[in-house]
Amino acid sequence: MDWKLWALKKSIWVFHVNAGACNNCDIEIVNLLTPKFDVERFGIKLVGSPRHADALLVTGVGTRQAAKRVQEVYRQTSKPCVVFCMGACACGMGIFEGGYHVAGPIDSIIHEVDPNAIIAYVPGCPPKPQAMIMGVVKALAALQPKEKYATERVGQAVLANPG
Amino acid sequence: MKETLRKPVLAVGPFHPLQEEMEFFQLTVDGEKVTDIKARISYNHRGIEKLSETLQFDQVPYLVSRVCGICSASHPLAYVQAVEEIAGIKPPERALYVRTIINEMERIHSHLLWVGLAGHFIGYDTVFMWAWKYREPVLDLLEEMTGNRNNYGNVKVGGCREDIPEELIPKINQELDQIEKKAEMLTKAVLDDPVLHVRLKGVGVLSKEDAVNYAVTGPTARGSGVAIDVRRDDPYAAYADLDWKVVSQPEGDVFAKAVVRLLETFESIKMIRQALAKLPKGPVAVDVKEIPPGEGCGHAEAPRGETFHYVRSDGGNRPVRHKIRAPSYVNVPSFKASCIGADIADVTLTLAAVDPCYSCTERLAVVDGHNAVIHDYEELLRLSREKTARIRKDLGSPGLKLEGC
Amino acid sequence: MQPNELDKQFSPIQDRLAGIEYTKENRVFLPCEAEHVYEICRFLFDELRWRFVISTGIDAEDRFEVLHHFSDDASGTVVTVKAFIRDRDKPEIDSITPLIPAAEWIEREMRDLLGITFRNHPNPQRLILEDDWPDGVYPLRKEIPK
Repeated sequence: MDWKLWALKKSIWVFHVNAGACNNCDIEIVNLLTPKFDVERFGIKLVGSPRHADALLVTGVGTRQAAKRVQEVYRQTSKPCVVFCMGACACGMGIFEGGYHVAGPIDSIIHEVDPNAIIAYVPGCPPKPQAMIMGVVKALAALQPKEKYATERVGQAVLANPG
Repeated sequence: MKETLRKPVLAVGPFHPLQEEMEFFQLTVDGEKVTDIKARISYNHRGIEKLSETLQFDQVPYLVSRVCGICSASHPLAYVQAVEEIAGIKPPERALYVRTIINEMERIHSHLLWVGLAGHFIGYDTVFMWAWKYREPVLDLLEEMTGNRNNYGNVKVGGCREDIPEELIPKINQELDQIEKKAEMLTKAVLDDPVLHVRLKGVGVLSKEDAVNYAVTGPTARGSGVAIDVRRDDPYAAYADLDWKVVSQPEGDVFAKAVVRLLETFESIKMIRQALAKLPKGPVAVDVKEIPPGEGCGHAEAPRGETFHYVRSDGGNRPVRHKIRAPSYVNVPSFKASCIGADIADVTLTLAAVDPCYSCTERLAVVDGHNAVIHDYEELLRLSREKTARIRKDLGSPGLKLEGC
Repeated sequence: MQPNELDKQFSPIQDRLAGIEYTKENRVFLPCEAEHVYEICRFLFDELRWRFVISTGIDAEDRFEVLHHFSDDASGTVVTVKAFIRDRDKPEIDSITPLIPAAEWIEREMRDLLGITFRNHPNPQRLILEDDWPDGVYPLRKEIPK
């Protein structure tokens, strides 16, 4: 599927991967589904299998035990896909850098299997749900320059009216 | 029953997507009953205790508040209490009250989170949505008080990093009134529902004797008649100055644990109101020059139970040894006692009843004697919800009485 | 509880202890040699009925220490049994898991992270390190860099 066509999709199906997280980011992701933020009305859906996903939401620092599993999940995700590194740990190991059981950060783990993987970073500890929505919207806007204004307008509307 | 390879890709429902790691909990079955449980917990191991030795004493709170997302106020509190013990530091009174307020706020949103998850596991997604909707005002208040919805970073050796602004107090009280009303509605709906009575009573029973042998703490213990609570037994922060009671139930089943958590939420609201009314004037921290050699044991009552930190100092800037024990570390293994002999359909609920750190509940798999996976997490969730549906049908399909959504 | 009251409670195991140290009114440390640890813990758990909290393993340069922390909830006292393992080349100590099921995980963890062998442990499997972690490398030992 052409990147531009893919990125025009309004409905992004995401699969969540916990790569050794403290659960704060995971809970904020689940918060996205609850009535205050309710991202399902924007077509963002959390699916149960990577094969159905357009994007991976990866949280956590990437422990040694988790690293191989993250790579396996990435291999199984249908391409094209975007990997969202949610939170400071996924973006760059954060406060856990140097730990003996840490293999991350997530981008290096993914790049080991696919050097051309598309990775988006949403920093924060944890990133607020609004930041996560913004991250997804910005990534889509970056991937489809012609439609940039439309997507950014949608994004601003989402943030102005979080519910 | 489906036979699959040992490490398949797991497909699971929308709220608890799962990775392939299946060796967290493996349950062996004989027919519909669980006969054995094996556990491995390498997935989340980040080597925090060793990392702590590389940080200075005043940097460690930032590290330990990230041990677990929902106990992120209790871990730094237990740690700084251990260090304050070594150095003989007494934080100012106002700091003790601020610490109490933040910790009780965390307890409220953590218990509401649990109620939502339990609802999800049994198939009452309305409860899930409802409980999590009413967590949001608590998170917003915490953000106004500390700057973050989670990982508050408000505790330091010697007191608190930040004060609660006086002008915020009327707003906190107003919001608490609203939250209390909603919690009352939720409690009544859950505790009066005949389907939930049948579904939760007698399920996942942890006997008092097992509760002692497995050294469980928190609502897991108090739901089995072991009425321990660090806030009363070894008072810290401002708990000795407040009027509140320890909630406990003797039955040891999932229903008892739900009752304990729901009623504790009201005790927390009571405590916050009292603490705000009695908030002493003054600074929120004392100056700390150095930590002498010594050892300290700090503990705090997190929403899940006792958080325990042991710190050893040799007079330098960093801990020589820092032992961290989260409550789930002792509560989760009790699953062995409450799950062996139980129905497969009750397994997710029984584990959820000890309120483990959220990601623990996802890593369940049921295997036969030869290690072929016959039920993955999605199946276990489905079995649990089917059981609820059968019970509802038998009782004439009464609806859950939740209003004001 | 006043220090001398607690001392009286410990008289049945006094001869196994190397001392009774108070850092605070309700914080007590009971140093002992490793060989006595099972009997002391049995006394605290079975007879005094104190709650097991957790254990801490420490690499203390010339020896290993295994600290078993107990809580007397009725008085708010934390008692720590501090067992010294003198043999650094082959650190071993009796497991207290047969007595206290709650100790199973933490003894497995101390084995993973410090290489201490717990004699008679019912399930000495790896708990906390990844499947491929090399044998013989114990992250919490001082020789492993931070």
